[in-house]
Amino acid sequence: MDIRHSFDEELQQMKQDILKMGSVVEEMLAGAVKALRERDKNLADEIIAKDDIVDEYNLNIEQTCLRLLALQQPMARDLRTIAAALYIIKDVERMGDYALDIAKAAKKLADFDPITQLVRIPKIAEIVQKMLRDSLRAYVDHSVEVISEIAQEDDQVDTLYRQVRDGMIALIMDNPQVATQAVELILVARYLERIADHITNIGERIAYMETGQLRELH
Amino acid sequence: MVADAELLDEESFQKNELHVEPAGDICLSVRNLNVWYSDFLALNDVSINIPAREITALIGPSGCGKSTFLRSINRMNDLIPSARTSGEIWLDGENVADPNTDVVRLRKNVGMVFQRPNPFPKSIFDNVAYGPRIHGVNDRRELAMIVEKSLKRAAIWDEVKDDLHKSAFDLSGGQQQRLCIARALAVEPKVLLMDEPASALDPISTLKIEELMHELKNEITIVIVTHNMQQAARVSGYTGFFLMGELIEFGRSTDIFTTPRDKRTEDYVTGRFG
Repeated sequence: MDIRHSFDEELQQMKQDILKMGSVVEEMLAGAVKALRERDKNLADEIIAKDDIVDEYNLNIEQTCLRLLALQQPMARDLRTIAAALYIIKDVERMGDYALDIAKAAKKLADFDPITQLVRIPKIAEIVQKMLRDSLRAYVDHSVEVISEIAQEDDQVDTLYRQVRDGMIALIMDNPQVATQAVELILVARYLERIADHITNIGERIAYMETGQLRELH
Repeated sequence: MVADAELLDEESFQKNELHVEPAGDICLSVRNLNVWYSDFLALNDVSINIPAREITALIGPSGCGKSTFLRSINRMNDLIPSARTSGEIWLDGENVADPNTDVVRLRKNVGMVFQRPNPFPKSIFDNVAYGPRIHGVNDRRELAMIVEKSLKRAAIWDEVKDDLHKSAFDLSGGQQQRLCIARALAVEPKVLLMDEPASALDPISTLKIEELMHELKNEITIVIVTHNMQQAARVSGYTGFFLMGELIEFGRSTDIFTTPRDKRTEDYVTGRFG
């Protein structure tokens, strides 16, 4: 007999909400980079508006976690799952903020002539979206297998970020007139790189939840 | 309070990776303890080192053997005619499970508090003075000192100091339980066994007992049986999980309640046992 049925249902619901929160951030990320590439200010505005949804998920899930801690007095795996959720939503919320920053950068850059064709930035965004999807799925499924993959993808992102930065510095040195746009694009790449770092934090939390061991992934 | 290691049959003490060795001094060393009630094996080959001046909580579902284990330590199982024991329980270099052990002296060293407060039908003073009198203290002034000290240690002195000659039955349930703790402390035991000491008490009285345990643990070794997992987590430094007569896992309470290693412990502490 499942003697903690209602508690289990609430835990499942909380995990589903984290997945939904993550998918909103994933949409924001994809949309923000698309707005950047297509110089689409309207799309950027739509993305900016979505940040409120993420913030609301963040507050609601935090309240659910606190309620479960207070009323259900979870122990062991349940306790680690809820503790992990409290950390993970902070990371996801922060990723939403970075996606918002990218959308704002897209609006700003739409007023300038393009200085280069965007290749690496969409590539980083693609990797980061996959990392986010995989990490949250791993949280829900209690799976540690994808964690080493996430660490490898984070390394890839770091390399691509450095390539973007160096490329932009070279452009500025060639033609200081493009500095405003180039710096903005370095920042966008930096935001994406930071998002990947937050995803590795999620990986660390999943590892703790599953093994009880805290270890740094990056 | 360290058990005499040389006397222990260490070879027969199978190292169990789910049983953590306590960090500090050991108060009680139990080796291969079996208890039968007629044909029923209530405790199955339990070996454990219980840390000194610490609180060790014993948890597990009803009938798992935790109370039987507790009662073995001060030989309360002797009172059950069908009970039979084998194995060793070392306290201060003496195997107290040995039939030749002086049980009266043992119970002076190992006090016990039960689920329901059980004061004697006597005054508060006489309840606490009972043990010392049995052990030969008759001087009134000395008895008065022992009573005051014990009631203070049990954190009830301020509530009863003006009513020492009133009946113990005039006290509330929570006060009666603290009086029983004072009575146990009056003979200066090394170990205090507590069998569900707060399960009949209201939440405030429960917290007072827990706070009292916290203060006492600097001086004596406490072993508590409790069904209340939150209580075990709150008060104890170490926890042992019993199931069907076996000690499944023993370790720091922090580990048992956050990262237990055995699936059965996990299922029990998360409430999914059944």
